[in-house]
Amino acid sequence: MSSAQPAISAQNISHRYGDRLALDGVTFRVDQGEIYGLLGPNGGGKTTLFHLLSTLMPIQSGTANIGGYDVASQSEQVRSVIGVTFQSPSLDAKLRVIENMRHHGRLYGLSGTDLSRRIDEQLHRLGVADRARDTVGTLSGGLKRRVEIAKGLLHSPRILLLDEPSTGLDPGARHDLWTYLRKLREESRVTVLVTTHLMEEAEHCDRLGILDRGKLVIEGTPDELRATVGGDTLMVSGSDLESLAGKITEQFGVKPILIDGKLRIEHPRGHELLRDLIAAFPDDIRAVTFGKPSLEDVFIHHTGHHFWDEVAVPGAKKKKGARHE
Amino acid sequence: MSDAATSSTAGSRFLWPAWTLAEREVTRFLRQRSRLIGALAQPIIFWILFGVGFSGSFALGSGKDAVGYQEYFVPGVAAMIVLFTAIFSTISIIEDRHEGFLQGVLVSPASRTAIVVGKLLGGTALSVMQAMVFLALAIVLPKLKLAPEPSWSITFLSGVGVIFWLTLMGLGMTGLGYLLAYRTDSVQGFHSMMSVLLFPMWLMSGAFFPATGSEWLRWVIRLNPLTYGVAGLRHMMYDSRSDALKNLPDPWLCLGVTLFFALTMTWLDVQITRRS
Repeated sequence: MSSAQPAISAQNISHRYGDRLALDGVTFRVDQGEIYGLLGPNGGGKTTLFHLLSTLMPIQSGTANIGGYDVASQSEQVRSVIGVTFQSPSLDAKLRVIENMRHHGRLYGLSGTDLSRRIDEQLHRLGVADRARDTVGTLSGGLKRRVEIAKGLLHSPRILLLDEPSTGLDPGARHDLWTYLRKLREESRVTVLVTTHLMEEAEHCDRLGILDRGKLVIEGTPDELRATVGGDTLMVSGSDLESLAGKITEQFGVKPILIDGKLRIEHPRGHELLRDLIAAFPDDIRAVTFGKPSLEDVFIHHTGHHFWDEVAVPGAKKKKGARHE
Repeated sequence: MSDAATSSTAGSRFLWPAWTLAEREVTRFLRQRSRLIGALAQPIIFWILFGVGFSGSFALGSGKDAVGYQEYFVPGVAAMIVLFTAIFSTISIIEDRHEGFLQGVLVSPASRTAIVVGKLLGGTALSVMQAMVFLALAIVLPKLKLAPEPSWSITFLSGVGVIFWLTLMGLGMTGLGYLLAYRTDSVQGFHSMMSVLLFPMWLMSGAFFPATGSEWLRWVIRLNPLTYGVAGLRHMMYDSRSDALKNLPDPWLCLGVTLFFALTMTWLDVQITRRS
């Protein structure tokens, strides 16, 4: 297979649940050996896209290709080259770790000493070898997650699909996971597609696509995305923000956006504007925070709303509960 | 490419997946004591209570070979065990499919037929094992003078016949459970289906009472596929001239319907699994 061929490509994917359009013409590609992140709030369409790519749901419109195979017509071949880790557990809690691994291996046609060797190797890699004989139900959330990932890697997939992989992982384990994913990529050129709603996790990706309300709003490396935001970001709080916004526009020619009870201003020379603002409106301004753009700023810049702006996200209500687990 | 994932022999795509899913079913069952009680103890309690309760008011045939209720009810209880086990082993599909073990199974390259066959055979094995435990009990109790002397004929051949028949019934019932569970999105929904569909299906199969009531009831019993499963089991257990077989459908018809039902359910299960 030529390396010019993308590991994953999606063309104009749309998906409806009844009347609700969950995905609206999503197009993106992931090159071989790349770690690509789909970033977006819950309810933005990430999980739907994930389910379509992992062959769990039939594609309604558009085409997707994984590892050189068409997802709709060659799902069996697609299944054999991908390793999938779901957001919700796919381990049998009643069975031991090793039993779960064994069942999973056999589903991929592995058996005998080859299977035992792979299980041993993966459990060691993920640091759960000493829990092999424990019943999954008795493990902590973080350990379960690691077994889950070990399971997804058992058949040495070329492409890894991870849905919110760090759910339930503590910061240390999260760090280890990313170290491991990068190592995998370097050693075996494994391609990784990961969905996440965590900004800090998105920073680990080579490239990102921001998915909001079913649309891929923008794509690029984390640095490229930050560069699309106009320089620095100022957040201004005060008593009468609306009239203040008018006055700022009048005097400095910038247009503040009102978000979350604060005025948000993007400006290439933010530090100068900060000084001038305070000099010009000492009584209207209560506080100003100054920052280099974060990925959250990128998100707000391109969607016009806050990352957790639930009201604006159709169908987010159901997902909301899941976040509070 | 040398990774196992791309080799696709019959063994790797069918036999190992089917075997592993069946094995998982049995392992899970043995770890859950409560399921043993649910699927085996309850039918046994039914058998004892109804058997004793109806003993004075029920007899098939007359004289020394007349079949009392306790005896009449034995194949019915075996059918109930098969049905309940099928339900208990398929109910997990409802949650497994969207947020559990089955997700991982469905994204694996295992043949969809192997997935269905593995699940069904696992459930069937549990059905047969439990029904056999009950039948052994039903044979031993009269010998200990704890139940009336039965008139069935136990030979090696009839034993093999009974196991074969229970397997066929188990496959059909587990297949039906799979279909219902795959189509249902909540455990509660499955429970209501169980009480309005599955339990009446058992009641009106000749398991609980013979098809001698009103005309409409006789029709319901005649159209119920489980009727042929229960009747077939009686054919397997008794000598062909026994009073216990009076008014039952022909054994070949029983075989035809039960086999057809099991195969149709399996086929339908494969279809819905493919479409998911």
